[in-house]
This record gives sequence, structure tokens and C-alpha cells, in this order.
Amino acid sequence: MSGIATVYRWELAKLRYQKRTYLGLAMAVLVPLLFVLAVHLRRHHERGGGFAFSDYVDRSGLAIPLVVLLFGAIWLFPLIAALVAGDIVAAEDQGGTLKTILTRSLERWQVFCGKGLIALSYACVATFLCGTVGVVAGSLQSGFNPLQSLSGTIVSAPRALLLVYVSLAVYLIPIAAVVCIGLMLSTITRNSAAAVVGTLMLSIIFQLIGILPGLSSLQPYLLSTQFNAWQGLLRTPIDSQPIVRAAWVCAIYAALSLGAAFIVFMRRDVNG
Amino acid sequence: MTDQAAPPIEVRGLVKRYGTLEAVAGVDLTVNAGDVYGYLGPNGAGKTTSLRMMLGLITPTAGSVRLFGRDPITSVSALEGVAGFVEAPTFYSYLSARRNLELLAAYDGGDARSRIDAALEIVELTGRQRDRVGGYSHGMRQRLGIAASLLRNPRLLLLDEPATGLDPGGMRDMRRLVRRLADEGMTVLLSSHLLGEVEEVCNRVAIVRRGRVVYEGEIAALTRAGAVLRLRTSDDTIALAVCEAQPGVTGVRRVRDHLELTASEDAVGALSQSLIDAGALIHELTPQSATLEDVFFSLTEGQDAAPAAVQ
Repeated sequence: MSGIATVYRWELAKLRYQKRTYLGLAMAVLVPLLFVLAVHLRRHHERGGGFAFSDYVDRSGLAIPLVVLLFGAIWLFPLIAALVAGDIVAAEDQGGTLKTILTRSLERWQVFCGKGLIALSYACVATFLCGTVGVVAGSLQSGFNPLQSLSGTIVSAPRALLLVYVSLAVYLIPIAAVVCIGLMLSTITRNSAAAVVGTLMLSIIFQLIGILPGLSSLQPYLLSTQFNAWQGLLRTPIDSQPIVRAAWVCAIYAALSLGAAFIVFMRRDVNG
Repeated sequence: MTDQAAPPIEVRGLVKRYGTLEAVAGVDLTVNAGDVYGYLGPNGAGKTTSLRMMLGLITPTAGSVRLFGRDPITSVSALEGVAGFVEAPTFYSYLSARRNLELLAAYDGGDARSRIDAALEIVELTGRQRDRVGGYSHGMRQRLGIAASLLRNPRLLLLDEPATGLDPGGMRDMRRLVRRLADEGMTVLLSSHLLGEVEEVCNRVAIVRRGRVVYEGEIAALTRAGAVLRLRTSDDTIALAVCEAQPGVTGVRRVRDHLELTASEDAVGALSQSLIDAGALIHELTPQSATLEDVFFSLTEGQDAAPAAVQ
């Protein structure tokens, strides 16, 4: 395990020096702020119109992170997850540093695990950062007020805050699957741009399949659908069924992607 | 487990195919402890592919590699005591040289980190250790590659064309560094197509052509075997006929006022007697020393270069 920890620690150090790290985190900060700005403009200037759930965010700032989760599933969070996961192996391949680290004393599986964990950690940090910025900025704009649940009941502000963070945690389930897909494409394509764009494209394709007529039977098993599992927490009583389904559906996506990535990484010829 | 009696490198029947292309076509070589071993061949001969297999970076199609008796393909632990680089050494350009070495030392574990200062000192990069590698010249990166190798306190160093792209001063420094490391007891395999470099620092060589070893052995024996004899007699016409008929004498040709030929020491004695018996008095019979370059080209050029002459 110490080998994995070593890789993890140094991957973290390397992330500090890379622009893409800050690009993803900047998006995670900027998007909730844009929503808050939209609420502010709508309220004070009577222009800009409303958007879905805008009434919710008018009444409680705690609705902001949840609205961001709703819209962010289409491209924001898959892109943030892909920025690091899609790059983390391919960049080493393209830069020729894979051969440098694979001729040291750590086994390939340790390098792979360390890289996978850091990609997952980055996605977690970005997701919680996004949520926290949404909570703070939303509360400043609309107040730290009770939240109306999707069943119409009113949830106290402290409990709503807890639900927001549990929702973020549930949101990490499909994000983890996206990270695994990014890691797979990064390992197989050996090209950062192809892996990042490919991961995002796959996420969008899942969204498209979800809205195509005649394919509705597939919807419960699409990765895109699992991004809505957190909404079960905002029902009274809590509906855990979509969360349980998200867990096993995403586990399948993750296992297949991660398995393919692992096999390729372990067996590949390092020619770069 | 390290087999103390096993040679640092033992390669048998090594083959690597990419589709129909046979990059390495059955390489056999043995590098003994203390050797500074030149791995020579023209571009595309399969040198780098062989080195990648030796470092466990690519899997052979057939054959085996053993480093101190261990298989680098099955586990990276076989690289204990082994270091080096293939093609140009590569680093994280956005990190400083020191941070790069710290990262690699962490990957190596043990007391590798404690060797960073000494390694930087040896390659004379102490003053630039805080600079980002992205701003380093090619020569500085090559030296940093050596420093990264030294962190592992290796007994075997595999270097792939370490002097390529260096200016004459850099090449000289690199040769001195390799020689110094060898003098300290390190076994070195030096892949190169710079014949002068190899001739200066190596004691043994393997010459590869189209993925096959066409010679393996001592450089001195190679140049001796490739030496041409210059023969001047009282009658070169008779001498030419005698030489062509003499067993053990090859490559006979007339050059202006003399003949050139190759022959073993035994054959030279018999040839002298035959020339005298035929009435061609010997005025001069002297060896013209062959350079490694002469032998290299004779082995690697032409449609039917010499068959494997493994000693």
C-alpha cells in the first residue's frame, strides 16, 4: 500500500503544477457563481427571465448547489472528471515519462492504482468545491432558508444543508464511473485530448440515448440517468431505490472500464 | 532473489515482432560483471527495442532476458541494482530537476533520496537543480538522466545513445563520466552508433544488424581479426597467385605497388614459406590496424554482411 501512497502523493504534487487542474477547479467555482448571478439579475433587474427551479433558488440559497447538480450532469461534471482522468496516463505516454517511472522500483499496478485514486480524488474535490461555493454564494444571495423538497414538504435549513452534502456524495457515484471511463480512454488511446473529449462525448451520447424515442427501456441503465439518483434524497420519505440502482449500474460501468484500463496498462508495451 | 553468479545481462533468442516487422530477430548476448559493453548498430537495427525489453518496458515475442538471473518482464523487482534510460531520458518539464529526482527517489524507495545531492554533483547540475527541466538543454537532460540512474545505486547501467545530440565537449564529458562509473566497478551497457565513443570506453561489443547480432566479443579481438596485411614482394603477380591459393588467406587484392589481404597468424607463417618457395621475395608484410569503424561497416553494410561471429 505504501507504493500506492507514494504514487498518490506525487501525482498530487504534479497536479499542483498543471493548468488543467486549475481549469477544472475554476469551472467548479464559476458555474455556481453564474447561477447566483442569474438569480441576482433576475431579482433586481427584472430581466434575464427565469430558469428551471428558479423559484426554488429565490426562496433558499441551499437550492443553488442542487440546481447546479441538475444542470451539471450534462457536461460540467463529466468534463471536470475527464480533465484529470483522461489525461493522467496519456500525458505520461505522450511526454515519454511513463518509461521513466516504470523502470523504477514500483510495480505497474501500484502506479495504476495511485493514478486512479488521484483522478477520483480530484473529481471529489471539484464536486464538493462546486457544492460548497453554491451553498455559500446561494445563501448570501437568497438566504440560508428552509428548502422545499421535491415532495412539496419544507425541510429545515440545517437538515437541507445535510441533504445537500449527502446529495453531493451520491452524485459522486456516477462521477466515479466517468472517472473510470476517462482512465480507460487515457490508457487505451495514449492521447490526452482524445481521452478527455472521448469521455465527454460518451457522457453526451448517454444523454442522447436517454431522450431518443423507442429507447426508453434503456434509461434506467444509462450512466446519465444515475446523475439524478440524488433526487431521491429530496423526497419525503427518502426514496433510496434510485440510489441503490445508481450504485450497481455505475459499479458495472466502473468495473468494465477499470478492468479494461488495468489489463491494458499492465500488459502494454511502453514504446514512447 | 539475485543470483550472485549470474551475469549482469544474459539475453537468449530475443525476438520482437510488430506485425510482419521483426525489430529484433533472435539476439543472444552476455554482459559480464565489470564490462563496459558497446551495443552497436545502425539506426533501425533493433538496439533500442532490445534495451526496452531488457528494462521490462516491452514484452518479447520470444526469447528471454535475465538481469543478474532475474526476469525483468515478470516483475520490476528484477531491476533492483539496475538503472538506465532508453532513447532520450524524459522528465516532468514543469518540475525542477531536484523535484524530478525527488519523485524518482520516492518511487525507488530506500535511501535513494539521500543520494540526490551526490548524483547532482557527479553530473555537475548542482547549480541548476532548482530550474525547471523544461528550460534544460539536451545535454543537461542527458546528464540528469545519468543522475536519475545513479539514485538507484546501480551495479548495472543501461544507456541508450547517451551522447546523441551533444556538442563535442558534452560528448567528451559523457565519455569521461561513463568511464569513471565503470572504473568505480559499475557494469555498463552502452548502446550507440558513435563508433569512436564505443571504441574509447568499451572493452566488449555486440554489433547488431537487422535485429541480429553479427559479432559479439572483445573490441581488441574484433579489430585484430579485421586487420588487413600489407604485402610487398619482388613479384606481385606470383605473390597474388600464391595468396589466392593459400588456405586461410582471404580478401586478397592488388593496390598500386602492393597487395592487401587478411589472414590468421598461422596462415601468415605458411604464406611466407609459400611465397619464398614460389620465388617471390618478401619486402614487406605488415599489419594495417583496422579501426572499429572499418569492422563495423564491413559487418553491417552490404547485401550479405558477415554472418554471426559470436566469440
